This record gives sequence, C-alpha cells and structure tokens, in this order.
Amino acid sequence: MKKVLTTPISFDQIKDLKIGDTVYLTGTLATCRDSGHKRVVIDNRMPDRLDLKEGAIFHAGPIVGKDEKGKQYMVSVGPTTSRRMESAEAEFIEKTGIRLIIGKGGMMDKTAEACKKFGAIHCAFPGGCAVVAAQEVEEITDVEWMDFGMPEALWVMKVKEFGPLIVSIDTEGNNLFENNKKIYKERFDKLV
Amino acid sequence: MEDSKKQQLISIIQDFTATTGIYLADDVEKRIRELAEEETIPHAKTMYECMIKDIDLAKELHRPLCQDTGVLQYFVDVGTGFPYINELKEIITEGARKATLETPLRPNVVEPLGEHNTGDNVGYGAPYFEYDIIPNSSDLRVRLYMAGGGCSLPGRSKVLMPLEGVEGVKKFVYQTILDWGVNACPPLCIGIGLGTCAATSAMLSKKALLRPIGTHSEYPEVAALEKEIREGLDSLGIAPLGFGGSRTVLNVNIEAAAHHPATLGVGITTGCWATRRGDIIIHDDLSTEFVSHKRLEG
Repeated sequence: MKKVLTTPISFDQIKDLKIGDTVYLTGTLATCRDSGHKRVVIDNRMPDRLDLKEGAIFHAGPIVGKDEKGKQYMVSVGPTTSRRMESAEAEFIEKTGIRLIIGKGGMMDKTAEACKKFGAIHCAFPGGCAVVAAQEVEEITDVEWMDFGMPEALWVMKVKEFGPLIVSIDTEGNNLFENNKKIYKERFDKLV
Repeated sequence: MEDSKKQQLISIIQDFTATTGIYLADDVEKRIRELAEEETIPHAKTMYECMIKDIDLAKELHRPLCQDTGVLQYFVDVGTGFPYINELKEIITEGARKATLETPLRPNVVEPLGEHNTGDNVGYGAPYFEYDIIPNSSDLRVRLYMAGGGCSLPGRSKVLMPLEGVEGVKKFVYQTILDWGVNACPPLCIGIGLGTCAATSAMLSKKALLRPIGTHSEYPEVAALEKEIREGLDSLGIAPLGFGGSRTVLNVNIEAAAHHPATLGVGITTGCWATRRGDIIIHDDLSTEFVSHKRLEG
C-alpha cells in the first residue's frame, strides 16, 4: 500500500521512515530553490502568505503555462539539484519548521544533522521526470516572489499522491546518497 | 531576403527547437529503453520505468519532458552557398524566442552576474552560437543542445602533463563523475575532448557530446579508449539517478585533436539521461531533414 504524507506534516508521520523507503505527498507543496533559500536565510525574510511550518518544499523551477481560461498550470516540474542548497538548508529548516524537503540527488552532513535535530526528512524525486510530476499537481494556488523570475519564484501547489519520493535523509540523520557515495568510492579505488 | 522566406525559416527553427525539448533524439530514446530493459536491480528498474513513463507522457501531452530546457546552444554549419547567411543569427534567435514563449520552454536566461531573468531565453550571448563554414555546400545544418543546469555542473577541463598520459585522462574522467555524476541525472552521455589547452579541450568535449550514441572516433586508439572509459564508468554503477544500478552512462564519445607535445588537455561535458539534442539540415529551398528525429518524419 502507498504510504502517503499529508500537510501539515506532524513529526509522527515521518519519525518511523527509513532511508530507501518510498512515500507520496498529498496537500500543499511549494517550490523553493537558490534565490528563495537566500531570501529566507540571508535576507531573513519569510513568504507573505505561505506558512512553511510543518510544510513541504520542492527544490524545483517549473515551466508554468496558462490554459484557455488564463489560469496558470504546471507544464513540467521536475526536481533540481538539492546539493546547491546545502549551505542554506539547515538554517532554512530551523527558521521555517519545514518537515519535508523534496529534490534531486542527496544533501550533506549539515542538512542531515538539522533533519535529526528539528525532525525533518529529505526525499528524492526521480530527476528529469517532470511531466510525471506535473500530472500529480492538481492546481497552482498561489505564487510569491515573482521578482526572481519563473524558475526561482515560490510556486504554491495543491498536490495529490506526489511521488515516488525516496527517503534520502531520515529523522535519525541517516543519509542514503552519502552511503551510496562510499560504495561508489570503493569501486573507484579499484579502478584507478 | 523575402519576408515570406524569413518567416518560413523562423518557423522551421521554432518547430525544431520545440520538438527537441519534447522528444528525445532517436538514439537517446533507443538507448534509454535498452538500459531499462537490461536492468535487473528492482529499485533501479522502478526509476527507469518512471523515465519511460515521462518520455511517453511528454509525447502524449506535447510538453517538454524535463522542465529544465536549458540554455539554448546552436552549432551551425553554414554552407557557403546557403542563400540566407546575412540574417541567420537574427532568424535563429527569433525562432528560439518564439519556441520559448509558445511551447513553452522554461525561460532560463539571467543577465550576467545578475538575477534578472530576461523571460524569453534571449540575452547577452544567449542563445549561444558556434559556426563552421562548409565549402561547396548550399545547406545549413543546425545542431541544438539544450544545456540544463544539473548536467552542466560536472563540466570541466584541465591541462595535464604529457607524462600523465592516458592514465591521467581516465583518472580525471572517473574522478569527475564520482564527484559530480550523482546529481547530473545519470545514466549520462559523456563527451570527452583531448586537445592542447583548456579551452579547445572543452569545446572538443562538447562536440563529442553532440555526436550520436553508437558512433565512434575514426582513430582506432581513441575508439578503444571510448570503450575502455565506458566500461570503467559503468563499473561505478551510479545510474539510474544516483540510486545505484548496473550502469553509469548511456555512452562515451571522445573527440581528439593533434596537440602540443608539452601539454595534454582534457575536457569533459556531460548530458543527462534526457539529453536534449537536435540535428536538422535545411536545404537552400528550405526543405528539411530532421536527422536526429527520423522517426517523427515517418
């Protein structure tokens, strides 16, 4: 059976998840990448309307289209490289109280420590599968910080069973991609 | 140039650009499907299934299969007899702009050292152009590469000491993919350039990436090195998407040029599993051959 998280995400919903588990998300999800992290962490500014506490963010910069009635919709919205946000993510988690970070590839020690300390997880959505993701977005409900341009703005979406999301950092701070990297490094050492 | 001809050429470039963002090139899609078929590790198979579902949904809904449609880079071979050379850059730029707004593609271009997004993928030096002159030809050949963010991050070039030799080249490539491959959406297309300096090696690596999967260097030693590096990278087992599986790459292409005896330049450029690459020949009567996407011409 599908394990589905719903926003607001209580600690109880994620505390037993382990790296490698597959989950889905139903509820509110907002895109937030480089510029959004900079604004929250360095400029110390929160979104005007979006409440991130016990919420979920998606490291992604979408293509947004307009339908025949002029309503905006997600054309294509796959994950972007989470590692780019590593320098800001721990502080982002602390400041916002976010529970779920979705992105591409893994994140590193500082983020893993923050996930453990503040009760959050990082999940990876299959990179490049952007139309699959767009089809799991029911509607765009809001957009903030449009001054960044389309890829960097905070797009607030209503999603249904958004996934597959593979848990890459769990609430104990275990880190799937860092573990994998050790395996790849062993294979590399045999090669050179 | 007659206005109707100009509009026709803009429209050809617009369609070519949009199509390259929606449909993978024949060789890339074929290779992905082969790897999906071959993969035996269950969680890796699930990832490939998601990729195939994405490829099929993009076709069905006529949408870019990845949201990152990149910065548009056009590699243009201009036949000296092609009749519309004067306005070429303006025409291709307008085709790119219209493809961005009407497909839509993601407007990625931000001004140098600023955060201002131009909104239409046109800006100072964007789209990027590289020209070659083709003597005794009246054709225009346009190759498009959509340079996405994630898969551009591993790119680098370095000048090795000649005594480091082929072993140095291999180590440089393996190290780069070990450090950066996971986030670049593997299985990857790998382009390697061997030349004199950092700049020429980097450009040769891009040209290697533009060569279709299944083609090989005409120099037997270089072709053998392509195979050896492919097998070496596959032994890391990073794909799909860093979760780990049986492979790392879709292919490895090398373009090598004669070089200075005191230097061994090596460049690497990577494309993701959804490498978006288009190749079209436009004849002087504006009839076309969509070389990279023959299956769409039916």
